[in-house]
Amino acid sequence: MSQAVVDRLNAQFGERVLETSDAFGDHEVVVALKDWVEVAQFMKDDGDLQMDHFIDLTAVDYPERESARFDVVLMTRSSVTGARIRLRTHAKDGEEPGSLAGTWSGANWAEREVWDMFGIKFNGHPDMRRILLYEEFVGHPLRKDYPIDKAQPLVPYREVSDIDKLPPFGIEEGQPFARIDWESRLSGGDNQVSPALGVQQGQRRTLSDSEAAQQVQARIEARMAQEAPEDAAEEGSGE
Amino acid sequence: MGELRVIDGGGEVAVTTRLSDLLQWARKWSLFQYPFVTACCGMEFMSTAAPRYDIARFGAEAPRFSPRQSDVLWVVGTISQRQGPAVRRIWEQMADPKWVVAFGTCASCGGFYDNYTTIPGVDKVIPVDVYIPGCPPRPEAVLDALMLLQDKIQANDRKPIVVPPRLVPERAPGRTGEGNS
Repeated sequence: MSQAVVDRLNAQFGERVLETSDAFGDHEVVVALKDWVEVAQFMKDDGDLQMDHFIDLTAVDYPERESARFDVVLMTRSSVTGARIRLRTHAKDGEEPGSLAGTWSGANWAEREVWDMFGIKFNGHPDMRRILLYEEFVGHPLRKDYPIDKAQPLVPYREVSDIDKLPPFGIEEGQPFARIDWESRLSGGDNQVSPALGVQQGQRRTLSDSEAAQQVQARIEARMAQEAPEDAAEEGSGE
Repeated sequence: MGELRVIDGGGEVAVTTRLSDLLQWARKWSLFQYPFVTACCGMEFMSTAAPRYDIARFGAEAPRFSPRQSDVLWVVGTISQRQGPAVRRIWEQMADPKWVVAFGTCASCGGFYDNYTTIPGVDKVIPVDVYIPGCPPRPEAVLDALMLLQDKIQANDRKPIVVPPRLVPERAPGRTGEGNS
């Protein structure tokens, strides 16, 4: 079914189809940047293919690749035949693929998202603005050279001495699904899995309920004594 | 209430207290709330407000969807960088005295959103009085937070505080100590 789409595109475009693949049953066609809009438009309009369902349009960043940094990827489907196809093209940084917003109107916002996240502009797009982030944002966060912990606050953070991320929470409190057993790692252990999985695999001893309760109680008392010895007395006489 | 003195006049009894104590007592039992609900924690907030847990028992049943009429700002859920100006402005519009509760891990410290999208704790933008840990917190934790806030209002104490976990069986009615495995 989907193979028929690949065959049809091969027959129609010949040499201009650069590459095809069908890994895990997902059929993919790679075309050059200049053929991007023409192939997409053909897939939609052709009487045999009728790829009328725009699923998604996104991009992939390969910063180490010298020939072209980005892949732009289109996922589309035919509601008539049920065939699915993935169309891919390569774009250098600064190159502008043609916009598909005139082909599928659903591509309008998807292309704005690709511009927002990757900084790829689409030639002929009716409204090429950021869609999720704010206009003040500098850079494009899904590029792999964007620092992973860099935030660009719209409101300046308050100037308070101890405002850093820790306030209340113990290492494992509240997130039993955490992927890393920090308590074990910080105490010199080498558990590489979550506390729950560690118990299952026998790396970590299960605490009985009373033991767990004692530990928590001890921690609460230690914290109260450490942080606010005078507050602890006040709380009791609240009413 | 804080300091009460009972004057027994033989048949007629008068009770005196300080005006500030009376004022704080009135405030803590008539908290009008502004729920700033952005994420899944909202479900737990609704549950707390609904009859089963019934936040009305604590004098906090009236949500006011105008910040100008409310006393407590509940920040319920993830606050993205883009929402920062909005939440800041709502807080600025509230009349004094006002309090802020950070509801859930995301509002308290950003949770697992440690990247460009999210404010790592709403306390980066506005001062917070009570933090409720949990992802999301159970309604019991929310009621604990409300009682904690009432105590702090009565004591006129603006130091931020965290709702402690309720894991001790004796402190958590209905939870059986054994058979939890």
